[in-house]
Amino acid sequence: MTYPTTYRYTKDHEWIDVKGDMGTVGLTDHAQCQLGDIVFVELPAVGATLEAGKPLGVVESVKAVNEIYAPVSGEVLEANGELKDSPEKINADPHGAGWLVKVRFKNASEIDALMDAPAYEAYVSVSDKEALH
Amino acid sequence: MRYLPKSRAERDAMLAAIGVKSIDDLFSSIPERYRLHEALKLPGPYAEAEIIRYFKDRAGENSLGHTSFLGAGVYNHLRSVVTDTIIQRGEFLTSYTPYQAEIAQGTLQAIFEFQTLVCQLTGQEVANASMWDGSTATTEAVLMAERITRRRRVLVARSLHPQYRDVLRTYGRNSGLEVEEVRFGADGALDQSGLQSMLRDDVAALVVQSPNFFGAIESVAELADGLRASGALLVVAVTEGVSLGLVRPPAEADIVALEGQSFGLPPSYGGPFVGVIATQQKFVRQMPGRLAGQAADSQGRRGFVLTLAAREQHIRREKATSNICTNQALCALAATVHLTLLGKEGLREMAEQNLSKAQFALSELLKIPDIRRAFDAPFFNEFTIVLPRSVEAVNEQLLKERIVGPLALDFLYPEMPNHGLVCVTETTTRADIEKFASGLRLACAVAWEVR
Amino acid sequence: MSDRITKASRHVTQNEGLIFEKSSPGKRAFDLPPLDVPAADPRKTLGRNHRSEGVSGFPEVSEIEVLRHFTRLSTWNYAIDLGMYPLGSCTMKYNPRVNEFVARLPGIATEHPLQPRGLSQGCLKILQLLEQCLLEITGMDAITLQPAAGAQGELTGLLLIRAYLEGQGNARKKVLVPDSAHGTNPATAVIAGYEVENIRSDSHGQVDVEKLRELVTEDVAALMITNPSTLGIFEQRISDIVAILHAKGALLYMDGANMNALAGVARPGDFGVDVMHLNLHKTFSTPHGGGGPGAGPVAMKKILEPFRPIPVLVEKAEGELALEQDRPHSIGRVKAFSGNFGVLVRALAYILAYGPDIRQATEDAVLNANYIRRHLAGVFELPYSLPSMHEVVFSDAIQKKNGVSTMDIAKRLIDYGFHPYTTAFPLIVPGALMIEPTESESKEECDLFIDAMRSIAEEAATNPELVKSAPHTTRINRLDEVTAARKPILRWKSGRI
Repeated sequence: MTYPTTYRYTKDHEWIDVKGDMGTVGLTDHAQCQLGDIVFVELPAVGATLEAGKPLGVVESVKAVNEIYAPVSGEVLEANGELKDSPEKINADPHGAGWLVKVRFKNASEIDALMDAPAYEAYVSVSDKEALH
Repeated sequence: MRYLPKSRAERDAMLAAIGVKSIDDLFSSIPERYRLHEALKLPGPYAEAEIIRYFKDRAGENSLGHTSFLGAGVYNHLRSVVTDTIIQRGEFLTSYTPYQAEIAQGTLQAIFEFQTLVCQLTGQEVANASMWDGSTATTEAVLMAERITRRRRVLVARSLHPQYRDVLRTYGRNSGLEVEEVRFGADGALDQSGLQSMLRDDVAALVVQSPNFFGAIESVAELADGLRASGALLVVAVTEGVSLGLVRPPAEADIVALEGQSFGLPPSYGGPFVGVIATQQKFVRQMPGRLAGQAADSQGRRGFVLTLAAREQHIRREKATSNICTNQALCALAATVHLTLLGKEGLREMAEQNLSKAQFALSELLKIPDIRRAFDAPFFNEFTIVLPRSVEAVNEQLLKERIVGPLALDFLYPEMPNHGLVCVTETTTRADIEKFASGLRLACAVAWEVR
Repeated sequence: MSDRITKASRHVTQNEGLIFEKSSPGKRAFDLPPLDVPAADPRKTLGRNHRSEGVSGFPEVSEIEVLRHFTRLSTWNYAIDLGMYPLGSCTMKYNPRVNEFVARLPGIATEHPLQPRGLSQGCLKILQLLEQCLLEITGMDAITLQPAAGAQGELTGLLLIRAYLEGQGNARKKVLVPDSAHGTNPATAVIAGYEVENIRSDSHGQVDVEKLRELVTEDVAALMITNPSTLGIFEQRISDIVAILHAKGALLYMDGANMNALAGVARPGDFGVDVMHLNLHKTFSTPHGGGGPGAGPVAMKKILEPFRPIPVLVEKAEGELALEQDRPHSIGRVKAFSGNFGVLVRALAYILAYGPDIRQATEDAVLNANYIRRHLAGVFELPYSLPSMHEVVFSDAIQKKNGVSTMDIAKRLIDYGFHPYTTAFPLIVPGALMIEPTESESKEECDLFIDAMRSIAEEAATNPELVKSAPHTTRINRLDEVTAARKPILRWKSGRI
């Protein structure tokens, strides 16, 4: 799968799709692949405050549980309610229908610090090699 | 040695195949200075008959031939021999934790049935596959409430079993829990007005036991109502499971911590027993311990599998809900078999016999001058009496008649001198009760010995 | 079914539903003796606390139905009584039946933990003798038999360390845990109130001593190790490890899960361990019973003795034994009453059967593991070349080239009549096969295991689909764990199949 060029990416395998002062956040294809079939997602409530780099929720598969980290600081505007009954959307369409939350952020410089698509692709190919060692 | 399936020739052949001269070569990775050159000083080796003789001799130095009126968290109940017939089957006794579901369906289905029985007994929606015992289950229930509410203050009834409170203190100290005690009232149940004055919006849970340590039944529904506004969770510990055959279950509790020893497990000097946590569906991901869930295979056949394992230590490691790995599976199986044998009618009848015999015992004891009942809250099979002299002194007299008398409460509750906790179950005969009453009458009448 | 599979074949077992599905109102399996006192009226005595309808949904079946139900279920299980469990670090050895017999003796099974001490001397002597035997085996100074399982033993051990360090003025903040550790180790450290810092193993799978030297500061309370490690390899530089820790006032905790490689041959107390737990359901033969009960006694050096959990076994005047609770420095109670006594009885019976010859069991365990290693090296990749003790760890690297993983190989092993070995642990070996035969396996069973593994390796090369879709001979095949976790069904409810 290719990584959308308009998105930005974190070291912890989250993506953010920015529109104005709002961003949609999700997990990358690499993340869903590593996790395996996702069985449960815990997302923050609408109105919750996020801090860049701190956990915003938890994603659980049969064999693993990982924190989901906020790419930016801000306020949660919406959480993807469909994931409650269909967490598998994250596996099937991680960059689209599997989105997690929509956030209003203030500090655009936090976005600039994130990786673009080519940088993220390079990053995951290196980390895949390390994991096999 | 009879447990080792090797002959000298076979050992030699294996060493040769490996390519070493002696077995010592296989220990060469242990630095020389740590390798033992002399045999350990241990008793044995004993033949089977000698092992049996050793334990029979120890058995003769215990309480055989005595009648006991002790309860206080460990209860004598009837057990069918069928239970042992089943749990002694090698396929149950010597099997491993059911991580490989295809060859452990026996264990997994039995766990699923156990979980169901516990839900039915407690009125809760989901139950786990067991914790170590009631005291650690209660502690884990409190830690669960702490995780769910993200609050640190815990109100604990003084009438919760003292040893359960001890365990909670040991664990709570390192979790930053602030534990405060709530008094009991004159009737023996929780002092509800005392509770209200302690409730603020920083309380994670209220922990009560029902029937409580003194035997009194708590009003769980009322307590749950009283907590609602504060957002604190209600944790109810049940130490005498047979009570659930006749007493309304703690369905309004948020979390129930049950000790299942009364269901087919002998007292065995304190263990192994079986704890269980039961709770509402919405809290299931915060619940510690294993869970067996229903699943289908590729042909659509129904089977069972350990599920929601992501909560547990082997996956979550430092973020796990608990560190529990080995639980009390065979004890849970014994309880499952026992409860299935008793069934709906058997459990109810057993509970009714407990209630009747305890009522009869109390009425006999109250005929003795200067003995009174300590509390008037309704009770199941345990109650507290006040004697005209120290319970220890009375028990010394009773021992001469081979009766183990009431548990003296004053060393646990200094505010309750001369108070004794009496337990009567379906195993106590009328003759036992009458002998106890007459022995107690005599012991109370003896002139006071000044120490 | 391949004709090279000779140990196991298909067999007719009975189908069996849930016990609730057989239930019919009015059936009963158990009768009580008649009530010999006046019947109380529960409505009067209990009032609104009366559960007048009985337990709704509770099974109503007869005795024979109960017996058949559970007997049929039992035939769906694998067990040690049937054959080898090569599970690494589980030590699935023979569970001697005399242990079951003595645990059930009247006067042993019947004793109430709160009964007078004068009526409990038999029980207390059993505890005393077991304590003495375990101290002799471990080379430590003091012990507690209270913890109910290994994980609880780990917690007890860390709380002892915390109490000791608090007494020295500073409880410290961190516990170091190797990346090869069992999951209970980091989980326990957090419950004990410590932060976990992972320490990577070196290229031999051993504790990286130079890294350790860097990491051990006065903020570190302890290092938790397993020795031999979870790779089955003895820590060659254990004395350096101990020196580094002690120089900074930190302690060494040992997870005793792998004591089956050491009993009678070497003693943790001699090589510098400060505190350790034992798993009686591993090394000391008490039965796994489908997941427990176990027991996790904790043995320690004398600096930790004052902090032992209550109750503590003491000898009073004239040799009378007692369980004491008045211990001012104790970490407190870790479990109600007094340990899993029935499990302790079984462990003592095991030790008495062996006596000083317990060394022979350890030697046979190490012999079996090395015999298997010798015959499977080259067939499966051996990631670490240091000598194995009682268990050997391979990886699936060779078979992975055909897409066959350790999990697949493990499932195919079931068709050959064995329980799988431990897969995917320790975490430092991707695609691990962790094999511990124990001393209870004969040469014949070991040879059958070796043949089965070689056969599967060949299948992985020539017919990988056969291995990837295994097992083929069980009542049910691989279950849909994903749906089970997405939509958990955790109990029976009437009306639902």
